[in-house]
Amino acid sequence: MKLDCKHVWEHISEYIDKTVAAELLKDIELHLEHCEICSAVLDSTRNILILTADDRTFELPVGYSKRLHERLKEEIEKSKQEPPGGGQN
Amino acid sequence: MIGMRRPPSEAGGSIIVMRMTGTNEAGLIARIVAGEKEVFHELIRPYERMVYLTLFAIVKNETEAEDGAQEAVISAYRHLSSFRGDAKFSTWLTTIAINEGRKRLRKAKGAAENSIEEEEGHEGDYAPTPLTDWREIPLEALERKELREALRAAVAELPDIYRQVFVLRDLEEQNIEETAQALGINPGAVKVRLHRARMMMQKRLVPFLKTTAPARRGFFGSAL
Repeated sequence: MKLDCKHVWEHISEYIDKTVAAELLKDIELHLEHCEICSAVLDSTRNILILTADDRTFELPVGYSKRLHERLKEEIEKSKQEPPGGGQN
Repeated sequence: MIGMRRPPSEAGGSIIVMRMTGTNEAGLIARIVAGEKEVFHELIRPYERMVYLTLFAIVKNETEAEDGAQEAVISAYRHLSSFRGDAKFSTWLTTIAINEGRKRLRKAKGAAENSIEEEEGHEGDYAPTPLTDWREIPLEALERKELREALRAAVAELPDIYRQVFVLRDLEEQNIEETAQALGINPGAVKVRLHRARMMMQKRLVPFLKTTAPARRGFFGSAL
């Protein structure tokens, strides 16, 4: 089946996730071979996802892990004081 | 998995790149429930980032996200004995984090639950920005503050229901089923929301990134 660009865009996300049905995949790849616009849309989307997923984009607050484990330590100590069956475990 | 990951910059002194296997995890959980409570530190360490990002996707505020992440982790600790292993530990933990985030949002907005769960959008344009050329932005470009800010802003501007799916799938790399389970929606809705979120990101960022793309070099080293 010959696909138009709009049809390809509707499946860009599934194409990136490699979850497109085999038959449709063939048609999309055929389209991408000849369509500069769709190839650029695909490349740009993929690139943006890679950049966004990089740990540098969303950095954890400085000291987050330390504070989290300190809080957890306090909670664990507290739960040890509780009578059996009175706490969580 | 979309791209290469850098090791977490902060993981309590140790660098943990891989999450635990299910068997290791089940062993740790059994030990904690049996009384070795300190082992919970070890269990939670690979998920610290995930819990924070889940909260951040909902509350969109660093301080609230950190406070919420602490509460979610404490809640997971307190209720660990109720974890039955029907779902993966990561999904169970994500659900706790989502509930904590929604609770905080409700409190902040003073509004009812249904105001948080937006209707599936039917407005808006989910088509990408058409273009004919695209110069890939290398990962090194992330050293530039304005690029990181633009990416963060684009995520923050996604409508809530799209942002939550986007963060679980594309930042935390949970699969469709896990995302659906954690958010209490069906896998079909995850796919639709993810597609829309990605297209919104593309549409929002392409014009910005095109103007900041590294220039091609000519034969004599000059920018073309």
